[in-house]
Amino acid sequence: MSLDREHLEYPQRTYGMDHQRYDWSMLSDRKPVVWPDGHKLALWINVSLQHFPLNQRGIPFPPPGGMTMPYPDLRHFTLRDYGNRVGIYRVLDALTSRGMQASFAVNGQLAQRTPELLRTVAEAGEIIAHGWNMDSPHYGGMDKEEERQLIAQTLGSLREASGQAVTGWLSPGRNESENTPELLAECGVAYLCDWVNDDLPYPFATDAGPLTALPLTTEIEDRFVLQNNLHSEDSWVEQVCDACDLLHEEASREGGRLLSLSLHPWLVGQPHRIGKLETILDHLQSKDGVWSATPGDIVACWQAQQDTK
Amino acid sequence: MAAEPVKKEDPGYYDYWAYRNRPRITWPGGARIAFWVAPNIEFYELNPPANPFRKAWPQPYPAIQGYGIRDYGNRVGHQRQMEVLDRYGIRGSISLSTALCDHHPEIIERCAERNWEFFSHGIYNTRYTYGMSEEQEREMIRDSMESIHKHTGQKCAGYLAPALSHSEVTLDLFAEVGTELFGDEGGLYTCDLFHDDQPTPIHLRSGKRFVSVPYSLEMNDTIAFVVNKVSPRRYGQMLRDCFDRLYAEGAESGTVMCIPTHNYQVSCPHRLRAFEEALEYITGHSDVWVSTGRAIAQYYLDHHYDSSRLATAGESS
Repeated sequence: MSLDREHLEYPQRTYGMDHQRYDWSMLSDRKPVVWPDGHKLALWINVSLQHFPLNQRGIPFPPPGGMTMPYPDLRHFTLRDYGNRVGIYRVLDALTSRGMQASFAVNGQLAQRTPELLRTVAEAGEIIAHGWNMDSPHYGGMDKEEERQLIAQTLGSLREASGQAVTGWLSPGRNESENTPELLAECGVAYLCDWVNDDLPYPFATDAGPLTALPLTTEIEDRFVLQNNLHSEDSWVEQVCDACDLLHEEASREGGRLLSLSLHPWLVGQPHRIGKLETILDHLQSKDGVWSATPGDIVACWQAQQDTK
Repeated sequence: MAAEPVKKEDPGYYDYWAYRNRPRITWPGGARIAFWVAPNIEFYELNPPANPFRKAWPQPYPAIQGYGIRDYGNRVGHQRQMEVLDRYGIRGSISLSTALCDHHPEIIERCAERNWEFFSHGIYNTRYTYGMSEEQEREMIRDSMESIHKHTGQKCAGYLAPALSHSEVTLDLFAEVGTELFGDEGGLYTCDLFHDDQPTPIHLRSGKRFVSVPYSLEMNDTIAFVVNKVSPRRYGQMLRDCFDRLYAEGAESGTVMCIPTHNYQVSCPHRLRAFEEALEYITGHSDVWVSTGRAIAQYYLDHHYDSSRLATAGESS
């Protein structure tokens, strides 16, 4: 028994990353970032508004939060729809009553299905493109033309319905193909939220021009903590508050940091959970020097401090 | 020395040895417990060759979710954990994907400045031992140990197989290559076995003096957080509970506690505080030998290995 020779060959074993998407650098070695008005911690709250088709294909994999039962899986279809009918309005109230900024990552198809919802969130904050629907993943090996179509259709739908430029992108399930970044850059996308490898934005290269990577952390996301890890709501509150406190303290010593909080109204908009979100928001607001901002503003502020080469 | 027939049912690395009435283990300074922290500093490839026995990533290339968070460990997490260990006077014993010496020398330099120990965790954590011939595995192990020596001057003493992927001869090969490269100073201990809370002499085909140093899967942050889905503060409590018991038992005969960590897990902002509080608690006790994998293995080899072999002589081969 033996493996092919390639298993003991390491063509990428050189300085930096094993790909060309971004440069290697340690956060602590970079020039400190300064947020407006001396704020220490930029807070980016993103609310994902999603459509899970009842006739889910699951090709090549089902979306997180998708249908799991034989067709017709009414329980999951309606429970996800609950977020767009009921949960989102609780989340909106929690944010607006505190004067907090947010972005809304919306599936393009929702602009067609629920135009009223789209108008409401477009007035409330920045719209980010979140793919066509949750059963339209971007994945390695997918047809490039098909993906180009999917991206154009998604951005077209959201730009028309919102009247916004829509320059941010979050892939459904955070999956990308090998071509996704190029296709996004071609369509006027400026920043990409799928990669979770930093606590600040960083430059991201594509053959169609540069993007900015703006990491939307999975680790303290409501869905990841509550549904994947099955932790309690109280534990989720502790985890988000602990993350905030650590980044806030680190920012006080080393320069601006980013706390990103990813929310799903179908989960956190439930009656027994919305109060936990409010507890979190109150904690975030109680800290001195927290800049509640839209992702577009955060990227612009960071961008203005980067050395042009 | 002729290889023994392969034992499929039991690898035969050690004899059964009840956790009572063993010769007393003592640690330097009369400590009850040897405590060590083993940060895994790893490099995962975005597009590794596909091992026929184990997939590196659940999605087709590019699997950016798993890759991204692991990269977070190197870009962000490492510096954070290193500063925490500094505060409690802990020298890390690094389980190293040795290709990281090439990819991220900044990390290696910082650890070397602190005189942390480097031991081999293979070349990349996306290259598995499964399917390798003995010669291929020997080549991979040798490459990893030579890399550590070339970049840090250290003579690698310990091994944790990459992604815990083993063959029937993994421990034999590591010990043999260690001797070839560094004589008595290389290839002394393994972290791959989880059968005991004290070091154990390991039977190898070469007969080399070689030990298993307890490393702990249960206290491993990735096992706790990803596999067992433990919450951050509960993990901190588990560490303290583990310490309390091993510390109490260490009054009778010395024990070992290891915390294996990963910078993409414990160094995340929502987890580090609970980990730090546990370190503060543990190092706040007297009679704790804050040590490294190599130091524990060497001390055991020098002071306890022979009495352990003698005590189990009736059962050894």
